[in-house]
Amino acid sequence: MNRAIASILAVLSLFALPLAAQQSLPPAPLAYEQLEDPAQEEAAQALMETLRCLKCQSQSIADSDAPMAGDMRHQVRSRIQAGEEPEAIRAWLVERYGDYVSYAPTVSETTWPLFAVPVLLLLVAGLILWRRLRKAS
Amino acid sequence: MIAELGLAALWLAAALSALQLLGGVLAQRKEASEIARLVRPAAIMQGVLAGFAFLMLLWLFYVTDLSVKLVATNSHSAKPLVFKLAGAWGNHEGSMLLWVTVMALAGGLIALVERRLPEKTMLATLSAQAFVGLGFYAFLLLSSNPFERLPQPALEGIGLNPLLQDIGLAFHPPTLYFGYVGLSVAFSFAVGALLTRQVNPNFARAMRPWVLGAWIFLTLGITAGSYWAYYELGWGGWWFWDPVENASLMPWLAATALLHSVGVLAARDALRTWTIMLGVIAFSMSMLGTFLVRSGILTSVHAFAVDPERGSFILVLLLLYIGGSLLLFALRANTVSEGERFSVTSREGALVFNNVMLSALLGIVLLGTLYPLLTEAFDVRVSVGPPYFNPVGAIFTIPMLLIMAVGPLLRWRGDSFARIKNSVAIVAAIMLAVLALVLILGSYGLLPVLGLAVAAGLAVGSFLPLRGRNLMRAPLSLWGMVIAHFGIAVALFGMASETAFSEEKLAAVPVGESAQVGPWNVNLEQVAPVAGPNWTAIQGRLAASYDGGDPVILTPESRNFWAPPQETTESTLATRWNGQLYAVIGNQAADGRWQLRLWWKPFVTFIWYGGILIALGGLLALIGRLRTDLKRRYVKSRQADRAKEAAAL
Amino acid sequence: MTSLKVWIPLAIFLLFCGVAAYQLTQPKDEFVESTMVGKPVPDFELRPALAELPGVSIADLKDGKPKLLNIWASWCVPCIAEAPHLDVLKRQGVEIVGVAIRDRPEDVARFLNQYGNPYTKIGADDLSEIQLSIGSSGVPETFVVDGNGIIRHQHLGDVRAEHVPVLLQKLAEAGAGA
Repeated sequence: MNRAIASILAVLSLFALPLAAQQSLPPAPLAYEQLEDPAQEEAAQALMETLRCLKCQSQSIADSDAPMAGDMRHQVRSRIQAGEEPEAIRAWLVERYGDYVSYAPTVSETTWPLFAVPVLLLLVAGLILWRRLRKAS
Repeated sequence: MIAELGLAALWLAAALSALQLLGGVLAQRKEASEIARLVRPAAIMQGVLAGFAFLMLLWLFYVTDLSVKLVATNSHSAKPLVFKLAGAWGNHEGSMLLWVTVMALAGGLIALVERRLPEKTMLATLSAQAFVGLGFYAFLLLSSNPFERLPQPALEGIGLNPLLQDIGLAFHPPTLYFGYVGLSVAFSFAVGALLTRQVNPNFARAMRPWVLGAWIFLTLGITAGSYWAYYELGWGGWWFWDPVENASLMPWLAATALLHSVGVLAARDALRTWTIMLGVIAFSMSMLGTFLVRSGILTSVHAFAVDPERGSFILVLLLLYIGGSLLLFALRANTVSEGERFSVTSREGALVFNNVMLSALLGIVLLGTLYPLLTEAFDVRVSVGPPYFNPVGAIFTIPMLLIMAVGPLLRWRGDSFARIKNSVAIVAAIMLAVLALVLILGSYGLLPVLGLAVAAGLAVGSFLPLRGRNLMRAPLSLWGMVIAHFGIAVALFGMASETAFSEEKLAAVPVGESAQVGPWNVNLEQVAPVAGPNWTAIQGRLAASYDGGDPVILTPESRNFWAPPQETTESTLATRWNGQLYAVIGNQAADGRWQLRLWWKPFVTFIWYGGILIALGGLLALIGRLRTDLKRRYVKSRQADRAKEAAAL
Repeated sequence: MTSLKVWIPLAIFLLFCGVAAYQLTQPKDEFVESTMVGKPVPDFELRPALAELPGVSIADLKDGKPKLLNIWASWCVPCIAEAPHLDVLKRQGVEIVGVAIRDRPEDVARFLNQYGNPYTKIGADDLSEIQLSIGSSGVPETFVVDGNGIIRHQHLGDVRAEHVPVLLQKLAEAGAGA
């Protein structure tokens, strides 16, 4: 059985050289391995779901098989394991790649409308409902 | 010959569409009654011709006529028949033709049967429909001709992307198109009513079945799309707030709001301008979604067949339709009065509250989706994802769901809170009980906990309108509402449960050994290579047993396609009543162990069961409404007959 | 008041059309720029990627001379295309330090045999750690680093003939600034 797999892999490597070559090195240790401490793993998972895979089309690093996403997962898990706070890791990445790497926008010079508009919408919704109320009574 | 026939039919249909537009416009002036008589026949003929053109395209795909460019580039003689036919709309040109065809058929249908509105309004509606249609005809005939011939017939077709040869995906786009077309009809009604200042309950009754129909299709489309992404992308995610997902959600939100406001207008003659506005917005969102998906202007994991040039064309159409109608709205809105008044504690009051919340939610999704596009114009790139949409959306969704649980108990026009306070107490007690229960069970995130509590309250609340009624005699549309609202509760329960209780296991397992995830024990029995037509795969054989029970056999695959070289994972699912086991096999490590990704997702299937229930509720309501309409029409024609007889005597 | 309110949807819509029309004319930029330009390269030390050449550490980037830091890999196809242009830079006296991403020594050796070796040192970055720490998001990428180890410029994608003078100029600027 293993011989059959080997021969198929050999055939495959003929067709898909760049791809196969890219995977010649095993993925980073913590790319596909969970942390032993469930609380730490949960924190890492939550963070990974909100970091953008830079090599993919709109996917988080938790949802991607791209090797670089694997390396980023390793980075996140090993830092969490070392006791770093998730938000510190996010900040570290944002310092390197800008806001683009994080799916969780924070209030900043460039993103404040994302937070101002919902507040405005709440006010407008409140106003519409209040005016209805007054009209009716 | 077939291709030329199709093309000729398409040109003729476009010409008729122009006639329909012209006739409808001229009919707005009194003296032009001659041409007005042509409008309805033109609309019907146009539907027949467009349908004929689409049949011709289906035929070309059926016989795999390789002298036609579209067939040669999208089909293959060896493809299974269903995918050959689906290939007709599985590409840009064909899908546009399908859209135009369904729109023309819908136009023909309203021209044939709709007699409730003043003729002038009806003609304005038909000319608005023709205006929208003409843009698509121009798009098809000038830049995306599906019937284009090759100078030399190809020897063999190129085929279809193997990833897209999926039965779900073959029927996903048409489902959404039916929804979009339904909203285009609603849009035409809104424009017609605005042009002739005839915003009244009859207008709402004429528009309602189209909104309902569109809403059913959109619900099904989103449900199916979500499930497809869930099992196909291999990571168990069912919603990621990806731009393409949002593009399908926005028309649904607008249609949901429209559906409820049109109900108020039909029953109570209130919310006139608001309904018109929503009619315009719902169709705008469909066009906007099409634009975002086709132009490739936003980065998405679901994007394919994108083309900036087509994007420009759609943008021009968008500007004409939406810009035009918003301009018309701005000019006319002040001449339409708001309609009947009502008190806050009334059915209308609850519906207005939810309409406002739905619109705000739509605004949030729109903002979050388009914001990266805006900042990119200033060379700043940002990402907006679940950490933004989930909490911000919840601020608007949770109050809406709370009102939704009890709103249907209120009477029209004016009611007292005291009358329904027992029901409210029941719903509130259930919510608090579930909230307490979940908090005792363990610590989960705030949103899923709230979601579970609200889902429980809503599930019970949705059935309360049936209390004290004879279930057999309750109108079908009431049943529809109950089931659709219950469906929302079911879907919400699935989402919250999946988020709160999912367990994940990544394990490197040698053949013969097991991994545990939640209550499941998964044994990797063997790994074997399998070969497909254009791929080879490593297939794992997993024996999964739930809580020590009899094992289920699962066979996840890791597939390697040859040309183009591409690796895909084929996930497998073991479905139980209380959730799904999701299994994926990855690569083999140097030490011979295999990488397994396992998830136990309690009640995840309820998300899609909920979606189906919502659509089913819509269907029941639609049947109920159509039956009432037919009865009313029958009674009316009987009365007319009697009047005639009386006059004859 | 009411007459103004009804124009809001139209205004928002036109704003959207303007932005969308502008974006349609812009080429789609798939690259993610590093925000580390102007900041120092963080501390690191990489083992040699192959036996013949030394590895790379932060000290090598702080030796007072501006140089190029080239992120590449033997499995990367555009890296083959950029090899001759790196060679041109090397012959003009530019020091190029390589960082090989997720690579094996034998693959690195084979690549350099086949396409030439423009590097004075090559470090092996098996976990993309250096790549992540300087905000690089793919291969190949080339950074201009001044004599104090501060990143002065990032070039995304493969270096082509027209990029050679740009890189030379950035190097000269980095040398003058340090």
